[in-house]
Amino acid sequence: MTDLMNGNKLDRAAVAEIVMAGVREAQALSAPAPDPAGLNEETRLIGEGAVLDSLGLVTAVLEIEQRLAEQHDVVLVLADERAMSQKHSPFRSIGSLTDYVLRLASESAHA
Amino acid sequence: MPESSVPVALVTGARKGIGRYLAEHFLGQGLRVEGCSREPAGWEADGYCHHQLDVADEAAVKALFADVQKRHGRLDILVNNAGVASMNHVLLTPDATAARLLRTNFHGTFLMCREAAKLMRRRRYGRIVNLSTIAVPMQLEGESLYAASKGAVETFTRVFAREVAEFGITCNVVGPTPIETDLIRNVPQDKIAGIVQRLAIKRLGRFEDVANVIDFYVRPESDYVTGQVIYLGGAA
Repeated sequence: MTDLMNGNKLDRAAVAEIVMAGVREAQALSAPAPDPAGLNEETRLIGEGAVLDSLGLVTAVLEIEQRLAEQHDVVLVLADERAMSQKHSPFRSIGSLTDYVLRLASESAHA
Repeated sequence: MPESSVPVALVTGARKGIGRYLAEHFLGQGLRVEGCSREPAGWEADGYCHHQLDVADEAAVKALFADVQKRHGRLDILVNNAGVASMNHVLLTPDATAARLLRTNFHGTFLMCREAAKLMRRRRYGRIVNLSTIAVPMQLEGESLYAASKGAVETFTRVFAREVAEFGITCNVVGPTPIETDLIRNVPQDKIAGIVQRLAIKRLGRFEDVANVIDFYVRPESDYVTGQVIYLGGAA
């Protein structure tokens, strides 16, 4: 759990909700918009069965960055050279992206 | 978060030279202007806010855009003007010079473009202009690293323009001729005269010439112009 200057706690549930909100936003902007219901930690974001195309993934990641900054004053760059790797990308699922955000936030808090 | 009703422009390298001219040019058009440089601005104006930072420092760039977002809720225009030059024969150029040129001229432009596009995307509107140089098409001796760093900016711009078109953002390049700025202060007069003689229009550039092309690129009506490079003076 990361303590933040404004007193908010950035726990896993909060980050997972932010990640899902970002994915929902990206889905809403895609055409035709798929059913955003049923997102969970296993939901694939890239590769086979992904709920987003590559542009949708970019949008989702940017929405997540924005929500972290606005809601928690956490300024992160969610960039990774393995972004498009289906095996190793931190963006491959909602769960892995949630873990990645928590790790970066923790590193940033202790920098 | 409040969104300013007045368009906002960000100019890098705004302490002096072309950057300061452009910042004041945009202020004269009624825009809010954010500027940055590694040193304090040394000048001020109503509607102008200066940030002291290195454009190649990711954390500082990120913080700059967070601040612009908080205070204005929008960014309409970015001009990547910050640049460093080094005139030298390749065989006499230190490795550190190569790293410094690429860091400010290319890496800094990349970071600024990336973060600006994130902010511009939210309103599905943005105009980005990157500064290059006629040293790229003219392949000027003594400017290999400077020209290479700007050549990288041009290639980056062409690809980046395609990637952000979806978000209503355009990105173009203007390549000035030599202008009387600090950048060419240490270049011998006869070398400058030689460059001018190779131009179609044989005179030094003026800040107004650069601003004219930028005004064209950043007009809302230029939404069908992206990934382009315009060199001044008829350089080729």
